[in-house]
Amino acid sequence: MSHTSTLKHAEAAAQFINDEPRTNWHDETLWFVRQKRDKAAHGLPEWEQLREWASQIKNHTLSNLDNYLLEFERNAKANGVTVHWAMDGADHNRIIYDIIQKNNIQKIVKSKSMLTEECGLNEFLHTKGIETVDTDLGERIVQFRNEPPSHIVLPAIHLKKQDVSDTFHEHLNTEKGNNDPQYLTEAARQHLREKFIESELAITGVNFAVAETGGFVVCTNEGNADMGAHAAKIHIACMGFEKMIPKAEHLSVFLRLLARSATGQPITTYSSHFHKPREGQEMHIVIVDNGRSRQLGRADFRNSLKCIRCAACFNTCPVYRRSGGHSYHTAVAGPIGSILNPNIDMRANADLPFASTLCGSCSNVCPVKIDIHDQLWKWRQVLVAEGYVDTTKKVGLKGMAFLLARPRLYRFAGKMGRGVMRLFPWLVNNKLNPWYKQREMPAPPKQSFRDWYLQNKK
Amino acid sequence: MSSRDTILKNITANKPELVELPAIDLNTVIQYNDLVQQYKTVLQSIGGGTVELQDLSSLKQELESRKAKGDFVVNRIAALGEVSDSLASLTADELAAVDTAYIQGNVAVAENGAIWLYESNMGNRLLPFICQHLVIVIERKSIVPTMHHAYQQIESAKEGFGVFLAGPSKTADIEQSLVIGAHGARSLIVYMIG
Ligand code: SF4
Repeated sequence: MSHTSTLKHAEAAAQFINDEPRTNWHDETLWFVRQKRDKAAHGLPEWEQLREWASQIKNHTLSNLDNYLLEFERNAKANGVTVHWAMDGADHNRIIYDIIQKNNIQKIVKSKSMLTEECGLNEFLHTKGIETVDTDLGERIVQFRNEPPSHIVLPAIHLKKQDVSDTFHEHLNTEKGNNDPQYLTEAARQHLREKFIESELAITGVNFAVAETGGFVVCTNEGNADMGAHAAKIHIACMGFEKMIPKAEHLSVFLRLLARSATGQPITTYSSHFHKPREGQEMHIVIVDNGRSRQLGRADFRNSLKCIRCAACFNTCPVYRRSGGHSYHTAVAGPIGSILNPNIDMRANADLPFASTLCGSCSNVCPVKIDIHDQLWKWRQVLVAEGYVDTTKKVGLKGMAFLLARPRLYRFAGKMGRGVMRLFPWLVNNKLNPWYKQREMPAPPKQSFRDWYLQNKK
Repeated sequence: MSSRDTILKNITANKPELVELPAIDLNTVIQYNDLVQQYKTVLQSIGGGTVELQDLSSLKQELESRKAKGDFVVNRIAALGEVSDSLASLTADELAAVDTAYIQGNVAVAENGAIWLYESNMGNRLLPFICQHLVIVIERKSIVPTMHHAYQQIESAKEGFGVFLAGPSKTADIEQSLVIGAHGARSLIVYMIG
């Protein structure tokens, strides 16, 4: 039984890669995003310094988190915001449902919030007969298709434009076969503008909450969080308690890192700072634990709470890129999800820490310097000790086996240059890979690799 | 015990030993020789346009002629003429019809193209998002190198709402193709005065 659970990711991944051209496309698309991130990072000579500051600010915040939460609550209340606390997902959903009922709300728009996905808010409200409209374009697309997002920043990254066109034809009556992204985006714009205008409640996530001011910052490119929050008479912002930072000036460090790490943009289009409800508006903040205080107590895993959800670790991960977000069967996929989810449910998510090559590329790109691959390795030890997997050796190789045991996955010889770095990003930047110690790496053709290396080392 | 008290108690019990905040030394961050040029280059790369003007007279004329033509334009800048100051009472439905909004920006950031807007500059929080096109006017001398400098200039919590706005609304959610004009403004032109 425990054995079966460790196979879940591998099985789902095996399905994903059945469509080889699509798998290659997925892989390349995400690698392209990773390259944009590199370019943005290299544009700032102080990049490593910024990561260090971000890491230290988060370490400090976690070490004084109770006091910062109290300071935040006090200031938010003084600003006229109602602050709620939720032990878990059920608590979070109930708090929101109570507000909906009390105000007799019918029309709800929601901007992207991985926390509400983690808590299953949409599904919960659906069982109460209440529908929410996701307003991030990618989230709206997957919502129409009854699918979960497959990526925390790019929710519909697993879909091709034909898929979106078919979905919009069905739900928005767009022209059949018109795959033009401009046309499809315009259709969504018109459709969602109506939803914003008639909405009574807007639910948003939170990127950063500032103890010193009681304010919170929400970052989007589309403007959907703002369209919802400023139009609706009630705004509920939902946050995991780890979103806290001490002071407004610290926002500079995180806003410099977030979009560059996520998509390679210098900053998101909108970084909105909410402090007080507007005249006649109600503003609520829901602060959620849902296992986070337990993670805080696990010395080996606590610094996963530093995560700012940029998804750089997804985009660089050779397993994520070739297995797709849905194979992780959790709201937050990718390397960081594989650390966070076993904390929430060890049995259900025991497979995830094995969905990794432990190559370390994730840790190298992480803007807050989380030791992601070390934690994945440590989770494996914990899960084995707790009896959630059969034998270390057997599953220890699972992540790598997934990638290497299928010849077509590393049929890369013809695509060197790009292929080596994409499939094996750690060859150049990680010497501490436990897997590497046990086995010979498949040797890439020497000449091409050296060419690549010579070109790139400067 | 309430959820609040339980959560706080668990955090107190589980948090690691106190570590210090880092000192942020601005001497180590990027410098630009020409802030205006850097600002223009970045803003253009993220889909915005820039116009450099000595003073506001030509923009004022443009605004007047657009008004005369009957375009639904909203002006929030006193130096450009009459200011629409009853925006707070407009509904989202009414604001959705705004063609172009003219708003004063407080601080512009050379490294990323962002401009800080206080709520009081907007008149209505929805305005810079819901208008079809956005024009922001900044002083050349209000351009700072990085976000660190920007936060030193502004007081982010001074008003109920404020935003760093960088370029027009955009999305790449359909096969990573960049489309300008997702939910917010379809275009942004920044006038740099001085
Ligand atoms: S773990 Fe690091 S790289 Fe991954 S999403 Fe979080 S902050 Fe980004």
